[in-house]
Amino acid sequence: MTLLNERQRDVLKEIGNIGAAHAATSLSQLLNKKIDMRVPAVSVVPFHEISEYVGGEDEPVAAVMLKIEGDAPGTMFFMIPIQEANELIRYLTGNSSTDLIDEINGDSESISVSAFNEVGNILAGSYLSSLSDFTGLTLAPTPPASAVDMATAILSYGLIEVSKEMDSALVIDTVITEPDTTIQTMRGHFFLLPDPDSLATIFTSLGVNDYDNDH
Amino acid sequence: MTTIIKVGMADLKLASAPDMLRTSGLGSCIGVIIYDERIRLAGMAHIMLPNSSLARKESMNLAKYADTAVEEVLRLLLDKGASKFRLKAKMAGGAQMFTFKTSNEAMRIGPRNAEAVKEHLTRLQIPIVFEDTGGSSGRTIEFDVNSQVLEIRTVNKGVLHA
Repeated sequence: MTLLNERQRDVLKEIGNIGAAHAATSLSQLLNKKIDMRVPAVSVVPFHEISEYVGGEDEPVAAVMLKIEGDAPGTMFFMIPIQEANELIRYLTGNSSTDLIDEINGDSESISVSAFNEVGNILAGSYLSSLSDFTGLTLAPTPPASAVDMATAILSYGLIEVSKEMDSALVIDTVITEPDTTIQTMRGHFFLLPDPDSLATIFTSLGVNDYDNDH
Repeated sequence: MTTIIKVGMADLKLASAPDMLRTSGLGSCIGVIIYDERIRLAGMAHIMLPNSSLARKESMNLAKYADTAVEEVLRLLLDKGASKFRLKAKMAGGAQMFTFKTSNEAMRIGPRNAEAVKEHLTRLQIPIVFEDTGGSSGRTIEFDVNSQVLEIRTVNKGVLHA
């Protein structure tokens, strides 16, 4: 898996680009704010370095996770710092006291949790539908589930399938930011983790399949 | 001087007093510590999957699976002079952090990991003196080889010493 060639790496970056650009547009419309995105990073991360990869220690984040079903299964995460998740849902619900602390306390039926789930659903939906258009593959998201917890612990749920075959994961990471504000800068990550067999499927659909599944 | 030895995901390490063993961000994974208190030697593994039969590849990372990780830590400890009859174990992790409306077997991996680790410790007759498994929170754990105290840190419930 470490032996991605230049074209394959570019294709995966393009996937992060196209997906996140559409998701950023949806978020921008939801918030009525301009949202920028960075050039996607494609990394093959060994499991024992996952913790360092997501920024080290126990800092909690708010995350929405979806499994991708269809031609190229995988897992997708939208992850943002808790403070920014709270601002997002306060803006969307018009309720300035709503807080994802409900999620931490296990009340998954609360309005803040459903609002956050819905944001994740919308963003992941636009990410996946543009990816589906680009590759010609059928990709369907499962209903979203959210958690507020340590980033490593959250991301590990995307590694379960991968871990049956590999000791490292291919992660397509796109960072989105809010350019206008100077005080609070909204900064989120989209993580796409294709299951091992899905990579070959994606490469075939885009005509760059000199990918060797044994590596 | 005390060194904190970090154990990554799907990784295992040994340590002697006064060093500490630490692994962070246990979600569905299990952190298991097997130790000999007389000689102050301990091994920790960060386990991802319940059974090495789930492996679809020939070259295998022993630290990744409950069955092989427990056996490998035991083997390394015995190699370093631990006594089988003095060994004890502590374990934490195996959370179910996401609840999906659709039933998804893969999401039950936390409880399955916990059951598997217990099964193999029991099979190898290593008593489990402390266990903090299940629930819906991620955990970071640190084991003090000298005092054999396990510190468990979660986002919502603070810090526990056991």
